Amino acid sequence: MSQYFKNIWSAISTVSIGMKVTFKHLFVPAVTIQYPDVKLELPERERNRLYMNMDDCIGCDQCARACPVNCIEIETVKSLPDEDLGKTSNGKRKALWVTKFNIDIAKCCYCQLCVFPCPTECIYMTDVYEFSEFKRDNLVYDYATLSPEERVQKKLNYEKFEVEKAAQKAAAAPAAAAKKAEESKEAKPENKEVKPESKDIKPETRAASPDNKEATSGNSETKPENREDKPE
Amino acid sequence: MSLDIENKTTTNEKLKTEEMILNMGPQHPSTHGVLRLELQLEGELIVNVKPHIGYLHRCFEKHCEAMTYPQVIPYTDRMDYLASMYNEFGYAIAVEKLLDIKVPERVEYIRVIMGELQRVASHLVALGTYGADIGAVTPFLFCFRDREKILSLFEMTCGARLLYNYIWVGGVSHDLHHDFLRLTKDFVDYFRPKIKELNDLLTFNKIFIERTANVGILPLDTAINYGITGPMLRASGMKWDLRKDDPYSIYDKFDFDIPIGDGRMGTVGDSWDRYYVRVLEMEQSLKIIEQAIAQIPEGDVTSAIPKRIKPVVGQVYSRVEGPRGELGYFIISNGTVNPFRVKVRAPSFVNLAVINELCKGHLVADVITVLGSIDIVLGDVDR
Amino acid sequence: MIYDFFYNLTGSQILAYVIGSLLPLFIFILPFALVAVLLERKVSAHMQDRLGPMRVGYHGLLQTVADILKLIQKEDIVAESNDKPLFNLAPVLVFAGSYTAFAAIPFTSAFIGSNIDLGIIFIIAITGLSVAGILMAGWASNNKYTLLGAMRSVAQIISYEIPTILVVLSLIMITGTASLNKLSEMQSGHFWNWMILGGPGLSLTKFLFIPFMIIGFVIIYISTLAEVNRTPFDIPEAESELVSGYHTEYSGMKFAMFFLAEYANMFAVSAIVVALFFGGYQSPFGYLGNTLHLPWLIPIEQFFWFIFKGVFFVIVQMWLRWTLPRLRVDQLMAVCWKYLIPIAFVNLIIVGLITVL
Repeated sequence: MSQYFKNIWSAISTVSIGMKVTFKHLFVPAVTIQYPDVKLELPERERNRLYMNMDDCIGCDQCARACPVNCIEIETVKSLPDEDLGKTSNGKRKALWVTKFNIDIAKCCYCQLCVFPCPTECIYMTDVYEFSEFKRDNLVYDYATLSPEERVQKKLNYEKFEVEKAAQKAAAAPAAAAKKAEESKEAKPENKEVKPESKDIKPETRAASPDNKEATSGNSETKPENREDKPE
Repeated sequence: MSLDIENKTTTNEKLKTEEMILNMGPQHPSTHGVLRLELQLEGELIVNVKPHIGYLHRCFEKHCEAMTYPQVIPYTDRMDYLASMYNEFGYAIAVEKLLDIKVPERVEYIRVIMGELQRVASHLVALGTYGADIGAVTPFLFCFRDREKILSLFEMTCGARLLYNYIWVGGVSHDLHHDFLRLTKDFVDYFRPKIKELNDLLTFNKIFIERTANVGILPLDTAINYGITGPMLRASGMKWDLRKDDPYSIYDKFDFDIPIGDGRMGTVGDSWDRYYVRVLEMEQSLKIIEQAIAQIPEGDVTSAIPKRIKPVVGQVYSRVEGPRGELGYFIISNGTVNPFRVKVRAPSFVNLAVINELCKGHLVADVITVLGSIDIVLGDVDR
Repeated sequence: MIYDFFYNLTGSQILAYVIGSLLPLFIFILPFALVAVLLERKVSAHMQDRLGPMRVGYHGLLQTVADILKLIQKEDIVAESNDKPLFNLAPVLVFAGSYTAFAAIPFTSAFIGSNIDLGIIFIIAITGLSVAGILMAGWASNNKYTLLGAMRSVAQIISYEIPTILVVLSLIMITGTASLNKLSEMQSGHFWNWMILGGPGLSLTKFLFIPFMIIGFVIIYISTLAEVNRTPFDIPEAESELVSGYHTEYSGMKFAMFFLAEYANMFAVSAIVVALFFGGYQSPFGYLGNTLHLPWLIPIEQFFWFIFKGVFFVIVQMWLRWTLPRLRVDQLMAVCWKYLIPIAFVNLIIVGLITVL
């Protein structure tokens, strides 16, 4: 019998305590941030979209190897010994032409594992989180700064160089020094002659390598450069 | 009813009342993820509950065999996505045991602080969604508001709010932000009165007690036989916590209690006890965090991270006390940079198996109460 | 008074009655339902530390308009295996049941829909019409879960009418009249003449009544909360339970009618509680019209006070909804039969004894 009255009393008291809590909260200001008008301040270590600074990339492939989902695709071509690609911002000399550097940002799991191995700190995560696209293919960001013709040309250059090197080795050794001097002089005008030929080859190469998305990749290339700040 | 002269039986004995099979399908507002429960009902009483899992299976263990040891860590995050720090913690401890390296003390303190903050966040989700299932929507929002503060602490440290990739083998990825300790102390002071508010609003509310007391009673011997760990086991009366019984990291340096269920609102081991044990555990976690903040030394957090992880041939099993129970990692290495096998003993998977025992004899509406008190995460169950 | 006004205006009794009876619907109930939906969302949002609708109109004031427009243009789905006449009739019955109750509620001294002597008993009887509507909705949806939900809802409403009637009976014993209009007139004066504080006059019985009146008020508030299917008694419409409720299969305007009926019902029951215990349309302090010698101001003031008190109790209902969890079905029945009814009986007996003395 006393349990009966205890039940009634505990029901009334706990309900009133609960109502008091809710009533107090009527006067607490709301914690909502009204998103499109007001945006949240993100901390400096925020990891959202990847950005990659092509000027500093030496093509070492460490980031692609560190990625757990294989979203970075890199292809490089060795440069010829007399070509000068310049230096990166922390003094390393670049030795490779990067002909393909695609990051599929739809695959990226935002784990930051690619940022740490980079020797020049050219790949990092920014605080951009509003980058949705209407087409899925637009989410493959192409960071390589060479135009498609140049990419093909670099590859052909290198192949030619390799062929010449092999031919030299096959030729006699004492004549090597003199021949090398002559060939290097021929190599320069040869480069200029190659260009019209590459124009004929263009349709084939376009069909052969469909992953050169110039138009859209050009857009997405400018977007990261314009909007982001570099971290500290 | 017919006579079977040869066997001298009547089919009256085999006559069953019509049993209905009800499907609480994969899409349901209360099943905390994609879980299918097949209920066999007799009228309103439950005869049998069969959980069908696998809707979220992502082949984590197979995937690990193709990754290198550091690359596995983002994958371990995604198993129990509400307690990611603990998944990483368990894995890092396992691989460190295999490699036999010792991490600096500052790293240990940071890991403990992050782990306990994560425990509070995970329990807030569990309590909030449990209240929302029972019908009280307001505590759900209060719990999530507090959880946002914890997530912004994590965001300040490593940049992500849910899937961190922060605790690495041999250390942590970034050192603490210079404001972190001060803000964590502020959070602890802010949160203590909020636990009291949650108790006022939900825990001791008579209607809530009526709904959850004496529902889903888990006797202690059943719990041990099924291999239940975590708050469920402690609510059934047993004081078993890996942080005290099999200490890992530096938990033996801290002074905290292990709350157990005492059946004050009903029987020992009912849903209310499981709920209340989680509330008390949050308070104990706050205690640990305060002690860790006071004792943390200076040091270099990345000094012990190996450049290339290539352990010797061997195997290791190591376990940690996650917010849902004992999380165990069994790693076999064959001497290469990829692990040969990573097997995870997921706490939610083992805890879910007991739902059949708990629901027998209750009404249909109690299934949701019991399921909420077991506190499963489907990412952990299915991996 | 209002009838005379319209009679003089139009010259026909029928037209006067028709306009007079449509008045509460358009002036009050429909606008109130619109406001109540938004009020609930804003009140619940502020209790939960968030903002609620903010985009449509200034701070979300036009949100209900957007909701109504959306519901009107939705496709009206009637499945093939549904029982079409019952399916289409059910929302109408539910709405009619809750709207008709407004006929006997005195909004102000100059206007009452139907001045019958049976007042409160008529109201309780007519809310039973919505029970029939709910059963029809549950059955005609051809869905075993809605049928279960509808039957539970019916059991709930019917059981909780008993404590309501017991408290009303005790009030009738004190005042001797069942007409809400006369009850409100009896409580004129200042707020110490309200029934919750023992009733008009100044005698020993008045002070003896006070605790029992308070108990009666609590009982009737809880049981009318259950009749309207509000949390903590909202098992029939709960979304996170297994059974989804009797209005699952409805879409578009029919669903809007169920919704409208629920909010109208909320106001109707709070109006009943106000009229019984808190002085109906009487003001607690005296009238501005009296001090300014403007007799036509008084009915307007009374209307304002009535609305104010009714909306206050509606807000208390919303407050309870967002604080408390839900009761399970068998516990709901236990609360009614084991707690409310015995207490209401004892209350009735004691009040009767006091009246006799």
